[in-house]
Amino acid sequence: MSASTFFLLGANHHTAPLELREQLALAGGKAEALRGTLQSLGGLREFAVLNTCNRVEIYGLAADPATVAGLQAAFCALSQLDAAVFAKIRLELHDQPAIQHLLEVAAGLDSQMIGETEILGQVKEAYAAAQTAGTTGAVLNRVFQKTFQAAKHVRTHTGIGEGQISVASVAVDLALKIFGDLRPCRVLVLGAGEIGEKTARAFRSREAGQMTVASRRLEHAEELARALDAQPLPLEGVAGALADFDIAVCSTAAPTAVVTGAMVAAAMHRRPVQPFFFIDIAMPRNIDPGVAELPNVFLYNLDDLAKIAQENLALRQAEMTRARALLAEKAGALWQQVQPRLNGDHPPA
Amino acid sequence: MNFLGLGDRTWMWLACLCYLAGFGLGTAALLRDRRDPRLATYVIIVVGFLLQTIGLYLRGLAVKGCPIGNLFEIFQFTAWSAISLYVVIGATFRLSLLGYFTSCLSAVLSLVSLAAPGWDAAHRINAFGKTGWVELHASLALFSYGVFALLALTSCMYLLQTYSLKHKRLNGLFSFLPSINELDLISLRLLIVGVLLMTWSLAIGSFHWLQDLASVDTPKLLTAGVWLAYLVALLLRLVRKLVSQRLAWTCLALFAAALLSLGPVNASRHPVDPTTPPPGTRT
Repeated sequence: MSASTFFLLGANHHTAPLELREQLALAGGKAEALRGTLQSLGGLREFAVLNTCNRVEIYGLAADPATVAGLQAAFCALSQLDAAVFAKIRLELHDQPAIQHLLEVAAGLDSQMIGETEILGQVKEAYAAAQTAGTTGAVLNRVFQKTFQAAKHVRTHTGIGEGQISVASVAVDLALKIFGDLRPCRVLVLGAGEIGEKTARAFRSREAGQMTVASRRLEHAEELARALDAQPLPLEGVAGALADFDIAVCSTAAPTAVVTGAMVAAAMHRRPVQPFFFIDIAMPRNIDPGVAELPNVFLYNLDDLAKIAQENLALRQAEMTRARALLAEKAGALWQQVQPRLNGDHPPA
Repeated sequence: MNFLGLGDRTWMWLACLCYLAGFGLGTAALLRDRRDPRLATYVIIVVGFLLQTIGLYLRGLAVKGCPIGNLFEIFQFTAWSAISLYVVIGATFRLSLLGYFTSCLSAVLSLVSLAAPGWDAAHRINAFGKTGWVELHASLALFSYGVFALLALTSCMYLLQTYSLKHKRLNGLFSFLPSINELDLISLRLLIVGVLLMTWSLAIGSFHWLQDLASVDTPKLLTAGVWLAYLVALLLRLVRKLVSQRLAWTCLALFAAALLSLGPVNASRHPVDPTTPPPGTRT
């Protein structure tokens, strides 16, 4: 009976602290060097390397467990990491549990931000790189292709990807609930701080229309406006121009309210039909909280957005059990398909 | 009148069951799976619409005219009008939850009318005389009530979405509501269509009234009052004096008033021969 095994060997944010993950990261030419080393490793029939900021994981098909031990030694040597240290942070799985892990990684269940989608793209890139290098075969081809299908299935049939979990994305989501389409919306960014810029960029990525940046120092406004492909505006001009906007993102360092109730009331008097969405992510707050009482005005501050992000994260976590159960079924079925191929007596993929 | 061995009320019962099924399916999907089964609801509503159309057609053949001769038929026709509009709007605008709310409203209107046998006890054959103009006037007025029914639903959804965003309660049912702007736009369009239809209806009715002043009793002027109120609401909306939540509340209140006016308007018609049996086959 053959001892061929489908395996996973590596470390990730669950098993290793940041400093060790930095050491293991395959930056620069290390990924190529590792691939070259592994290609010459006897007994390693197929492999693919998943290298992200949170994990370095090698998936492959080995002729026997000793091959995996050899791979580990080669990996430690390349990373200049003591084998005993690696043994403490190592994640090693075989056969069906290894498949289940890959499925969970691709579906975003194993990510720091549960349910995030970027990881699926990274898994696809890892597979594509392995294909280009000619290190995949019938087993890995089948496993990865089914993994992509399973990840999509879980995302569609569970709430694992529902709701936004970053402050900027939550703000954009709320704007969509108010305006439906952001393309005709005019966005005012008050303040040139980092969080304001992040939120503005999130709006830009969702094709928000005209964008204007206002700051106490015009040169700051101009600088950020250039980066965002927006128009600069002096802070003194905001009161008069407020009615021309639909969304205002406020993050100035002003110690008192920059947007007062009277300013908003005057703006709404000029544009009573169209809603106005205020996002106050400054500390202390930049917008008079009383504006929330005005009809057709919606005001969210940093705490509100953070709370929604937390609730969405909790919802995603609550969906983990369902998602895991679904993936366990898929992993079981996939293992049944893959098992006969482990010894190489299979038709070409 | 029968079709496939089933009387008109049976077809209407089947339609009502479809609307109830649409509502039940929507509720279950929202509660259990946290999703809006928009396509499934749409298909169920279309099936219900077809069944109700058969029922109303059979009733129309029996009464030799548009089946709006008693309260039962009026409610059925209003529900059918709202659904027929939804069939178009639902496919065009794909507003989340509109099908869910429409199936709920139509189920209620249908169920209430079917569960009150007294509403269908007496019936008028050729109720609108020999000329078709009065019949057109009445059917247009009732169709506009269907439009206002849908407007009441979108207004209700607007208020729910506003409440959700103002109070930061965004999960559950609220998460599926369409955006404020979409609801505002669709409500304005429905208001315009409803007022235009009712204006057309009243223009025809007024022409007939001028020919025969005795044919219109005072309670029928309630319909003119409903039209006037909707017209004022539309004009105020167009000049931006009645917007957002106030407009939504107004549309809800006006639809409630419109429904309440149906009873007196129907009762004010010239007396019916009490010996006239209802035409439909009872179930």
